[in-house]
Amino acid sequence: MLERIHVIICGGEACSKQEAKDIKREFDRLLEQEGLTDEAKTVMTGCMGLCEYHPVVVMYPGEVLYHNITVEAVATIIEEHIKHGRIVEQYRIPEPFDRGKIKNISQLKFYKMQKRIALRNCGVINPLDISEYIARDGYFALAKVLREMDPKAVIDTMKRSGLRGRGGGGFPTGLKWEFAAKSVDDIKYVICNADEGDPGAFMDRAVLEGDPHSVLEAMAICGYAIGAHQGYIYVRAEYPVAVERLEIAIRQARELQLLGRNILGSHFDFDIELRLGAGAFVCGEETALIASIEGERGMPRNKPPFPAVRGLWGRPTNVNNVETFANVPVIFMKGADWFKNVGTAKSSGTKVFALGGKIMNTGLIEIPMGTTLREAIYDIGGGIPNKRKFKAVQTGGPSGGCITEKHLDTPIDFDNLVELGSMMGSGGMIVMDEDNCMVDVARFYLDFTVEESCGKCTPCREGTKRMLDILNRICEGKGTEEDLDVLERLGKMIQESSLCGLGQTAPNPVLSTLKHFRSEYEAHVYDKVCPAGVCAKLTTFTITEDCIGCTKCARNCPVGAIHGKVKELHHIDPALCIHCGACKVACPVNAISTKPVMKEEHTHV
Amino acid sequence: MKSIEELIKLRDSARKNINMRLNPGSIRIQIGMGTCGIAAGAKHVYQKFQEEIREHNLKNIILTPVGCMGECAFEPLVEILESNGNHTIYCQVSERVVEDIVEEHIIGGTPIEKFFLSAIKR
Amino acid sequence: MSNLVTLTIDGRSVSVPSDYTVLRAAEVAGIKVPRLCFLEGIHEASNCRVCVVKIEGQKGLKTSCSTRVQDGMIIKTNTKEVYDTVSFNLELLAGNHKFECWKCSRENSCEFLDLLRRYNVENDFSNAKLFDQKDILFNDTSGAMVIDSSKCVLCGRCVSACEKLSGLGILNFNKRGSKTFVGPALFHNLEDSGCIYCGKCIQACPTGALREDDQIKTFERALRDPKKVVVVQVAPAVRAALGEEFGYKIGTNVEGQLFASLKELGVNEIIDTNFTADLTIMEEGHEFISRLNHQGVLPMFTSCSPGWINYLEMYYPEYIPNLSSCKSPQQMAGALIKTYYAERLNKAAKDIVSVSIMPCVAKKAEAKRPEMGRNGLRDVDIVLTTRELARLIRHQGIPFRDLEPIKPFGDLASYTGAASIFGASGGVMEAALRTVSELLEGHSTPIEFMEVRGLEEIKEATYTIHGTEIRVAVVQGGMAIKKFLEHMKTGTKTYHFVEFMGCVGGCINGGGQPIVTAEIQEKVDVRAKRAKVLYAIDESTEFRKSHLNPAIQEIYESFLDKPNSHLAHTLLHTKYTKRSPYSGS
Repeated sequence: MLERIHVIICGGEACSKQEAKDIKREFDRLLEQEGLTDEAKTVMTGCMGLCEYHPVVVMYPGEVLYHNITVEAVATIIEEHIKHGRIVEQYRIPEPFDRGKIKNISQLKFYKMQKRIALRNCGVINPLDISEYIARDGYFALAKVLREMDPKAVIDTMKRSGLRGRGGGGFPTGLKWEFAAKSVDDIKYVICNADEGDPGAFMDRAVLEGDPHSVLEAMAICGYAIGAHQGYIYVRAEYPVAVERLEIAIRQARELQLLGRNILGSHFDFDIELRLGAGAFVCGEETALIASIEGERGMPRNKPPFPAVRGLWGRPTNVNNVETFANVPVIFMKGADWFKNVGTAKSSGTKVFALGGKIMNTGLIEIPMGTTLREAIYDIGGGIPNKRKFKAVQTGGPSGGCITEKHLDTPIDFDNLVELGSMMGSGGMIVMDEDNCMVDVARFYLDFTVEESCGKCTPCREGTKRMLDILNRICEGKGTEEDLDVLERLGKMIQESSLCGLGQTAPNPVLSTLKHFRSEYEAHVYDKVCPAGVCAKLTTFTITEDCIGCTKCARNCPVGAIHGKVKELHHIDPALCIHCGACKVACPVNAISTKPVMKEEHTHV
Repeated sequence: MKSIEELIKLRDSARKNINMRLNPGSIRIQIGMGTCGIAAGAKHVYQKFQEEIREHNLKNIILTPVGCMGECAFEPLVEILESNGNHTIYCQVSERVVEDIVEEHIIGGTPIEKFFLSAIKR
Repeated sequence: MSNLVTLTIDGRSVSVPSDYTVLRAAEVAGIKVPRLCFLEGIHEASNCRVCVVKIEGQKGLKTSCSTRVQDGMIIKTNTKEVYDTVSFNLELLAGNHKFECWKCSRENSCEFLDLLRRYNVENDFSNAKLFDQKDILFNDTSGAMVIDSSKCVLCGRCVSACEKLSGLGILNFNKRGSKTFVGPALFHNLEDSGCIYCGKCIQACPTGALREDDQIKTFERALRDPKKVVVVQVAPAVRAALGEEFGYKIGTNVEGQLFASLKELGVNEIIDTNFTADLTIMEEGHEFISRLNHQGVLPMFTSCSPGWINYLEMYYPEYIPNLSSCKSPQQMAGALIKTYYAERLNKAAKDIVSVSIMPCVAKKAEAKRPEMGRNGLRDVDIVLTTRELARLIRHQGIPFRDLEPIKPFGDLASYTGAASIFGASGGVMEAALRTVSELLEGHSTPIEFMEVRGLEEIKEATYTIHGTEIRVAVVQGGMAIKKFLEHMKTGTKTYHFVEFMGCVGGCINGGGQPIVTAEIQEKVDVRAKRAKVLYAIDESTEFRKSHLNPAIQEIYESFLDKPNSHLAHTLLHTKYTKRSPYSGS
């Protein structure tokens, strides 16, 4: 009864019970044959929850998990593991704490369709404790790079991996490193762009808060590759938790000499400091970010010269975003080819998205490139709540555009999204349903850009403001036919002649909605109607049969436009109504309808 | 640390400490404490767990903050990892719910299904 | 580095050095690419996007001012796409510009207006009244300079000029996006910002968003007041530049027409600040000799440039003891006008309006200093810049080019060559050396001290005078001032006498001088051409040393007694005091 080794075989429902039985039988047969029955014992258990990996075998002690076991594999495991104590890597589940028995079906689906590379440690390890990161092979990529690779090999690996910048533009990371490496200078810098600013996007924050060391490790690798010894993380001060955890992480890494002088005895020095940004969106643009670190006003500079040639304080500088860096250690641990095989041919790896808007599972997801928008929204996101109809999905934040139902089966990658008039951006994915007014959506994003424009160049500073003026007018029912034309011409001009990416992409939300939802614009302009019932001035407020006659609406109406007796259906006098929406807020049973009622006199304008 | 060998040593000892199945009977409680979780009240949940563990004089429990777990709409999220391999995620956990989890699940050994995501969503 | 590359612009092949920008290459090819924000060497940040061109094979449009040429580039500057984009950008800028061209300081030197004309720009954005107009910063409380952001096109030239020419960085962008405006940081007023009023920003501005505090109207009303006698003094550098406003080539001396135009305007008395420049040399020269002989504080610093005085009082007050106690020539003249000259005219000081025509904005602030007057009266009542005078002459319809040159008809108008060169950097030093060396040696000494002339920011020379080695330096512009003083603090070099000017080039390049557009600045060395006028005057004068001016000798005899006398001290000297750049602190 004191066997040295216990072989636990999962016999759960999800695993083919027969397969598990066959494997157990084979183990028993061979152990008998080898005379090892005193050494090892097999046990069949209930479901371990590792159904993705079935059939699964766990070896104790050591808690070594083998997965995808076949009957043929049993002989190898006995030979290697039981006889020689060597782990059979081929079948091993490498993670020390996998998400085993998740008892919740919808969560399982939520996680199962994801592939967590950048977020591999988020929600799994204690970010305040470097040893938990190390337990998950943290800093081993750096160790490997320092011991086994020269800078050129590092860059080659990066290039081969096909990793592209996750901050928005999608520029190949390996190429970027190569440019910086080729610039000759004694002093170079690595900057981590953690100035995440898209409305609704928070993937970088999640990485910094949940797994700060992966960024530190990647920056050190990058420093080694390009010949830099100093890194800066430019993080917005509005992320106090991230800032605190980064500070702790940097301190712990220094204590273990994983940052600082002579890292792991390699004679390579690298250190990292934090720089706090005041949260200007434009500082996410790399030249503006550099200006900000230098203490200047955060305004973009001309490119060329690119930062790889003349960056921070005039020195060659490589700037990558947080999510990009978070992928780097994995590339070196699992190999460029492994990484290249995830995702699509031109966009390898995964992408983290912040799901928001009219969707069940608001939150953060990481999916392989090539996953379709439909899968992301319906399978992982859980679809649209309240049985509403899908209208559009907005990606790329204020730089992106809206994608319609027609294109939902498009596999997500950098190029496909651009083709659809949107872009990857930093990873916001906002779902809109029939209750969203697309003019209003465009206005929302443009309003953001107008607020966040640095004010340096004319097209962005003045042009976006003029576009917003026009959208405001359209939403108020004062739009003219000419306005739509001016919007298009201005938009195109701003794209062409703005100085930085912020300006060049600022018109996208307007241009893409104009393209896909022109009829909504036209309804606003010609019919003076907001089809979604969002733009208050263009919406007719009515009370539906659901009214319980509580009189709240009448009491809250500032102009006395609502009449009705207690416990009877109320009515709104459209001649008095000022479209303020106070009744809608007050109604306890959602009986105020904002559906546009097409008026005869408006339909023939 | 001066060499990779030391790093390996550190990794292996760290793994021993946090690997549930090597510590029979131990339970690891992970609280999603990204900004999203903290905003939803995860700090209070964390403190409540601390109090409960003290009050019940529980041993062999690792209580740890972790980063964002993704399902931000249903935070605070608490994940319980047990040495028998069971993983449970509780959603929208309040301080009141913490008491139940400690008493019924951690001490009693019975997960409380009504606080699972599927229950919450319904 | 400057190997030639060949590119095609609008079908024309052109070979230029490889470090040229597309803008410059286009110029070589004879193609005029529109431009607004580009100011060579000062502001090359390509804010305005007006100089965009299409480069074949490149995405979007590129700013020609910032794009370097490459071999084989094919560039189009005038496609419909480019034309529309330029027009649109100009229209957008016009949408936030307040058009008051009739009263604008840039009535004939507005680079923005030239572009609007060239592109026949529509003005729907402001005319339609459907669009928001942004908030305006209007700050005229300093009494020297005015910021009017309603005219600003946010090109950023002034911000760069302030940073790179004064070294102070007073002006900056405030707020952001469509709310951006230029002004002192933290919404301070200009007089509360550490500004020295050098006016480099005004000279950089392509519109009328920055200007001198206009006193034309006050002057016009004084001229029409029958009870007042209007006495006007004219600074040395004004005559070297005023002609530019009337179509003369840069570097034309219009002294005679200048005086004639003042006469046409109805000025009662004209005197020449050159006279008090000679007087300054007498006072300052003797002060220097006295410091030299009695172990006074050395090096002695000149005190003629009010921009420099502002700089020292605010940023290096520890050097105030080094300053000569002399007032500037403008204030010496003002003091004499309200005393000596009033008496000569048999008028009460209160009935005299003392007006000066200056190449300088800081002079306006200087005239307002509380100590610069007596009995509740200012020594200088009105200060007009060269530009204001030009505007006034134009507005009055005076045919400047046809005027018969005249000599001043006041008494305090004769001057030596030494006085005339006050307007150029090194001029004050040279004038002082001419007199000091002769006074110390007791015999005739050489006239020209070439080492202190020229455009170098810091010039040094050593002269042996009366057996003593006299080490002098000449420092021009805020950047050089800072460099020099920092060096003095830490370095080992010592000096006896240092001339400082707030502006690079001295008064000829003062902040009140005629505007030279960015394009012309690139092609012509304005400072050298204007300075040449002054040195030419110097060479043509009968006397070239201040102490030889008979009128100077006469005023000491009849009024002031001797240099640094008690009366001279009362009227011609002053005290400088430490000031905080920010009031109230």
